[in-house]
Amino acid sequence: MTAVALRAEGLSKRFGDTDALRDVTLEVRPCEVVGLVGENGAGKSTLLKLLAGVIEPDVGQIILRGAPVRWRKVRDAADAGIGMMFQEPSLIPGISVAENILLAHEGPGIRLGIVRWRKLFALARAWLVKLGMTISPAAATQSLSFSERQLVAFARALAVEARTREAPILLLDEPTSALDDRGVAAVLQTVEALRTRASVVFVSHRLEEVLRVCDRIYVMKDGRCLAEREAGTLTVEALEQLMVGHEISTDIARDAARPHVAASVCLEVRELSRRDKYADVSLALRHGEVMGIAGAAGSGCEELCRTLFGIDAPQSGTMLLEGRTVALRDPADAVAHGIGYVPAERASEGIIGAMSVAANMTLAHLARFCGRWAIDRRREQDVAERWIERLRIATPSATTRASDLSGGNQQKVALAKWLVGRRPRVLILDHPLRGLDVLARRDILETIRELARDGVGIVIVADSLDELLAVSDTVVVMRDGRVSARYSIAEDRPTRQAILESMV
Amino acid sequence: MSGGVAAVLGGLRTSGPLLALLALTVGFALADSGFATLANLRIILDSAAVPLVLAVGMTFVIRQGSIDLSIEGLMAACSLVFALAVANDRTQFDLGWLGLPVAAAVGAVFGLANGLIVTRLRVPSFMATLGLGSIGLGVAMLLSGDQPPLVRDTPLRQWALGQTFGVPNLALAAAACLAGGFFVEQFTRLGRYSYVVGGAESVARVSGINVDFYKVVVFAFAGLMAGLAAAMESARLGLGHVEIGAGQMLGTITAVVIGGTSLSGGSGSVLGSAVGVLALTVLANGMVFVGAPPHLEKAIQGAIVLVAAVLAGWHVRDRLRIVK
Repeated sequence: MTAVALRAEGLSKRFGDTDALRDVTLEVRPCEVVGLVGENGAGKSTLLKLLAGVIEPDVGQIILRGAPVRWRKVRDAADAGIGMMFQEPSLIPGISVAENILLAHEGPGIRLGIVRWRKLFALARAWLVKLGMTISPAAATQSLSFSERQLVAFARALAVEARTREAPILLLDEPTSALDDRGVAAVLQTVEALRTRASVVFVSHRLEEVLRVCDRIYVMKDGRCLAEREAGTLTVEALEQLMVGHEISTDIARDAARPHVAASVCLEVRELSRRDKYADVSLALRHGEVMGIAGAAGSGCEELCRTLFGIDAPQSGTMLLEGRTVALRDPADAVAHGIGYVPAERASEGIIGAMSVAANMTLAHLARFCGRWAIDRRREQDVAERWIERLRIATPSATTRASDLSGGNQQKVALAKWLVGRRPRVLILDHPLRGLDVLARRDILETIRELARDGVGIVIVADSLDELLAVSDTVVVMRDGRVSARYSIAEDRPTRQAILESMV
Repeated sequence: MSGGVAAVLGGLRTSGPLLALLALTVGFALADSGFATLANLRIILDSAAVPLVLAVGMTFVIRQGSIDLSIEGLMAACSLVFALAVANDRTQFDLGWLGLPVAAAVGAVFGLANGLIVTRLRVPSFMATLGLGSIGLGVAMLLSGDQPPLVRDTPLRQWALGQTFGVPNLALAAAACLAGGFFVEQFTRLGRYSYVVGGAESVARVSGINVDFYKVVVFAFAGLMAGLAAAMESARLGLGHVEIGAGQMLGTITAVVIGGTSLSGGSGSVLGSAVGVLALTVLANGMVFVGAPPHLEKAIQGAIVLVAAVLAGWHVRDRLRIVK
């Protein structure tokens, strides 16, 4: 037996114009539990997907049990004993639990194309039992609770064990993120038990868990591996220190004084609640204020933003715009009230790639560009060119297709969409810097500050605390759907560690 | 919307089709004494036979997240092939009972072509099947010429018009197709994967399932069912006709959707589709009894589709969900 079960060597991966992973080398030894920690967007999921054959690396190679391998299909990796549990939901709702666990490797559960239900249920039950689950393998998947589904997905990853005679390697992408205490305990216990016969790569935002089950920990940031440590030598504080890293983002310096925050409140919410998403959230955003909301996945901050833009109605609580109560019916209503939203999914929700830069900018306020009979193309063009200049958007012309622009410039177009009409009262920015390079980030952050100077109230959710701290006047931290801490940056600038502690 | 109303709507979504069928039946029986007779029951079963065979195939296609708009053209081509292959007034062929599998095979080849165009050439099934359906119609017109060929195979015609133990033979054949469809759906990899592909195609691919292969087989299966349906109808009418499938496409899709298969894929069963077919057949039949103008039947059928679609989509409505 070789001393290394799985080795990633110099893996790099680009998506469009962003480096998701840069020259990452990582080793997993036999019967070892390796932790992978880092902020959102650090590249953890990308790394796991490369190892599991879901995507292919641009550079670098994967060495499995001493021999270089190249996964052409996910199936190849699974047949070699690499099982992955995805962060995003990966179960099929319309079929039974057993089918989900054994999907695509039913083994004796299907013979000659015919399903042998009893055998299939028995096979699946064995995996469920290993996780201490009592649900029936015949249960319909859509009838399960969220945490039950999470455990079924874990059972599915475990099931590769049956496909290889070698020790399996399990890649677990945040297996505990949505579980209650009992579910977490079951997962951690199983990971402990696996140590005798399998290697595990364990990704989690809960650092205590990582320290508890892992032998070694890799720390990632911005697509790179920053550090590798033996877990025994670390404390949660030390790990946080490593995650935050040395000042990588010095380029995002903040302007010292922010005298332009007005006293008047532009958006206020009182005791806003939405079942299973967030509860009792009260916030007041003033004109010219940038409010950063920090929270791990599942903390409810993204759902809160959706409510502020009228996508999901709250179940209780009130929302006030410049002192007047509003109940937003839908996003169109939000826009009519002067609220703009830049979604996290830039490519699918932020811009319309096939349309021109100018058309993208004006689409939310088209009525302003209509002459008597039709759209006033000249005016549209003029306004677009003005904003292209003002936001320094690098584009050959206003008529260029938006999809031909780089990510940072696309994001500026998405921002400009809310600026070409009447100045918005509130702008909600959902991960506005995601996937952008350093220069583009700095540009966008400058634009955000400029807008704040004009009196726009801005709510921003970002992946990295550096970014939030650099641009925000106020930082609100959410945990499990509730506000767990608030900081005014001017008065008591919190440390990143303090924020991290109130996040997890 | 309060939880209680949502729960009631959710419950209706599963047992709704059956309740609707029962309500229609009881309603018509009370309205006219001629409706609930054995003779009329036979008529209903007989007229439900061909739509049921079509619906079995369509259920698989819709469940995997595709659509098959080729069935009318496909039925036309298969009808002509069938009429010309058995004893008829045009050609010398006399394949007899073999005409049924021949027509089914022609349908399967068309379905295979549908599947290959969708998976290999990456044409959305909406367009691919629409185009191929038109080709089917063209083939049928070529084969038909000016005069539709007449079927002269007496045993086949007697079988198609006859009964066994008082049940129309075509209805028995359709029931066999339903049973076969149910077996494939519940007990074969092909059937189970049609739920998987329709439920989350990306997950299916990442799990290492050969999605394209299963898609093609499902299209071929639907084509086979359409070919069989065309042969049954041709044997009953005694001729091969270009218009043999006219109106069947909307009826079939309606029955499948009413029966609980979501147009977005991943759910539904052929049993539900059978209930949908029966509900539509009872509706058409009963309206004759209560004296509704036949011109209204289409409009009422359309209204029912709309109500069913609203109920089916109610639980997943979301302000940002894009309805295509």
